[in-house]
Amino acid sequence: MTELWIDALRILDGSLRLATPLILCAMAGLVSERAGVIDIGLEGKMLAAAFAAAAVASLTGSPWAGMAAALGVAVALALLHGFACITHRGEQIISGVAINILASGGTVVAGIALFRQGGQTPPLMAGERFRPIRLPGAEALADIPVLGPLYAELVSGHTLPVYLAVLSVPLIAWLLGRTTFGLRLRATGEMPLAVDSAGLSVAVIRYRAVVIAGLLCGLAGVFLSTAHGAGFVREMSAGKGFIALAAMIFGKWRPWPVFGACLLFGFLETAAARLQGVTLPLIGPAPVELILLLPYIATVVLLAGFFGRAVPPRALGVPYRKER
Amino acid sequence: MTEPDREGPPPAVRLAGISKRFGAVQANRDVALEVAAGSIHGIIGENGAGKSTLVSILYGFYEADEGRIEIAGQKAVIRSSADAIGHGIGMVHQHFMLVPTFTVLENVMLGAEGGALLARGRAETRAELLRLSATYGLEVDPDALVGDLPVGLQQRVEILKALRRGARILILDEPTGVLTPDETDRLFEILRGLRREGVTVLLITHKLREIMAVTDRVSVMRRGEMVAHRETAATTREDLAELMVGRKVLLEVPRVETAPGAVALRADGLTWRDARGVARLKEVSLELREGEILGVAGVSGNGQSELLDLLSGIEGVQEGRIAIGPRAIDRAHPADPSEMRAMGVAHVPEDRHRRGLVLPFEAQENAVLGYHHGPATGSGQLLDLGALGAHCATLMRRFDVRPANPRLRASGFSGGNQQKLVLAREIEQAPRILLVGQPTRGVDIGAIEFIHTRLLEMKKAGAAILLVSVELDEIMALSDRIAVMNAGRIEGVLTRAEATPHRLSLLMAGVREGEAA
Repeated sequence: MTELWIDALRILDGSLRLATPLILCAMAGLVSERAGVIDIGLEGKMLAAAFAAAAVASLTGSPWAGMAAALGVAVALALLHGFACITHRGEQIISGVAINILASGGTVVAGIALFRQGGQTPPLMAGERFRPIRLPGAEALADIPVLGPLYAELVSGHTLPVYLAVLSVPLIAWLLGRTTFGLRLRATGEMPLAVDSAGLSVAVIRYRAVVIAGLLCGLAGVFLSTAHGAGFVREMSAGKGFIALAAMIFGKWRPWPVFGACLLFGFLETAAARLQGVTLPLIGPAPVELILLLPYIATVVLLAGFFGRAVPPRALGVPYRKER
Repeated sequence: MTEPDREGPPPAVRLAGISKRFGAVQANRDVALEVAAGSIHGIIGENGAGKSTLVSILYGFYEADEGRIEIAGQKAVIRSSADAIGHGIGMVHQHFMLVPTFTVLENVMLGAEGGALLARGRAETRAELLRLSATYGLEVDPDALVGDLPVGLQQRVEILKALRRGARILILDEPTGVLTPDETDRLFEILRGLRREGVTVLLITHKLREIMAVTDRVSVMRRGEMVAHRETAATTREDLAELMVGRKVLLEVPRVETAPGAVALRADGLTWRDARGVARLKEVSLELREGEILGVAGVSGNGQSELLDLLSGIEGVQEGRIAIGPRAIDRAHPADPSEMRAMGVAHVPEDRHRRGLVLPFEAQENAVLGYHHGPATGSGQLLDLGALGAHCATLMRRFDVRPANPRLRASGFSGGNQQKLVLAREIEQAPRILLVGQPTRGVDIGAIEFIHTRLLEMKKAGAAILLVSVELDEIMALSDRIAVMNAGRIEGVLTRAEATPHRLSLLMAGVREGEAA
């Protein structure tokens, strides 16, 4: 019984870890899109940030310097997206795709130029990374039945970005739902004309949203290369930014359901990894590919409107043009 | 109108020498305006006369190229809506500036939340809303979702928004376009209440009746210039119409009496659901006879558009049937728009930009849309450009489309001339049945007179005409019988003699004959 419980906790623990970049990117996308700016470039911002974090951590020996660089790079890309889409009313999807391509190529070029290791950064030493944080009392409480292992295995022992990712959910929910900034941001995504006629600047609100998205994507990058991994590997984001987009839509652009979707996607990934090569009764070898496919099938089914409709913000993707 | 030594408070608004140019178009030229504090002041003019530009300058949406704005005697610089709000100016736009997914309360708060957190502002705004509702008779549920409210109530939310921001000068841009006559009367009551409380109201409209009904003074604009200021009590509709157009106009085209002939089109029990399964038409039945105009009245969005779509073949019949001569159209026997056309059904769509014209195409191409397999385009697969041009030139001459240039893109014509081009294309086919949606929407008075005359000529020639319009004046002026739609049903059919504005209003609101106390 205890064995099974600990096994279950380990799966959940792995789910949370795999869900972390999804949560951060999905929250980033959510903030941006609730303000009306499509963000296809989550992937690119995360990848560029992952590179910046590992490169600077490797050069300076400090993960904190790496984190600062990652946030800076991701915000810079976010501002570029804003400049194209908000200031110049460009096509938002194209701008996002451009950022993805830029990050994909740019990280490898910069990596070769700096480190000459085929686009990778050198492996990071323990002091150059974010280490798991043992929460106080994890050892002491571990023996308490049921709750002890829960605390020790699942709650304690994660790296800083994981905690920040989990914290970002109530924070974003509070920001959108309870603050004036959130009300204005949501109004901007639904009906920018109403915001303008209330004497507020649509552009300023959208820029703020885009910068918040940049910060969150930056954290996701930090997680990939200096917390979960130990160094940057080319294309290490591996499509997680797009999976996060799917989770965002699956969660209907609302923080808690999006969080749930991210955990579900993380869980399915963990389960698939665990079931690799396992033979199940009746079914035979575990259909790992099928399990990995489930989130995407679910997203497509949702988008097709079979169960509950995912209604995007009304002004999503529509540049705001103010006559002068 | 300026009386320099007049006693009393300075005018609420004084504009002097306002000019604004958009590219080659001079939208406002040296406009002067004075609005007395605590009065209801009308600005009337045709579409494109520059009314909306003028108030947009006052509300900070546009910046004037030249000119001076004074609010309550003080020079004011208004560069943004925030500046305007700061000067106590509020605006109710023609198209509402409301977030449909927000509650009334949230919409009223937006931009005036009172702090970084919503909780306190929410409580204060709620109290203020209740107070304003009581003072001005603007009842509305603060927790209702705006998207669920009827337009009349949405308009109240707009007014409340402005008042909540401390507006002492309220601008209303074409506020009655979406209202039933009774809702319009309610709005005017509210405006009078605002005036009683000392609020200055600036009412922008193109409807003479409204100016006469509610304003104290009226200013008339024509082609970007202010042409006259009048005390409303000392003027007449005819006088104002002449000032607006610059020549004498017939406000009502003389009627043409004909004896209705055989039934040209019959609809039986049409029920139609949209893609979301919402019933847009419910058991609609009607008869359209040769030599008559059947008017379809109603607030927009009550099924009129769907009725036109079904009768013109754009949407397929789901339940019920349409009979045109021997041909019966139902779910099993559909007819597409080209078959409809071949049976002599012509359609002037409600939305000429989306359905009537391809705006980036030249006039001569637009002049054959839908009839492009006909003789006007030449034979075979190639277009005969010469024939196209000649055909279009003929239409333009007969329907007085200006400029008469077949090669000009449709987007280059004014609304009235675009509409005349669409009408010309459809009427010149000599259809047996003509479906017309909003024939004079966004069309100036001069062109309205022309369009109405042509419709009456068609009727005299024996065509069966179905006229859908949200303008009751238009329905009353042209129709022999009037069908009133509400929530997808035909609530009643009145002859013109029976149709008073009040009776129509009750039907438009869904109150049937006999139910009204």
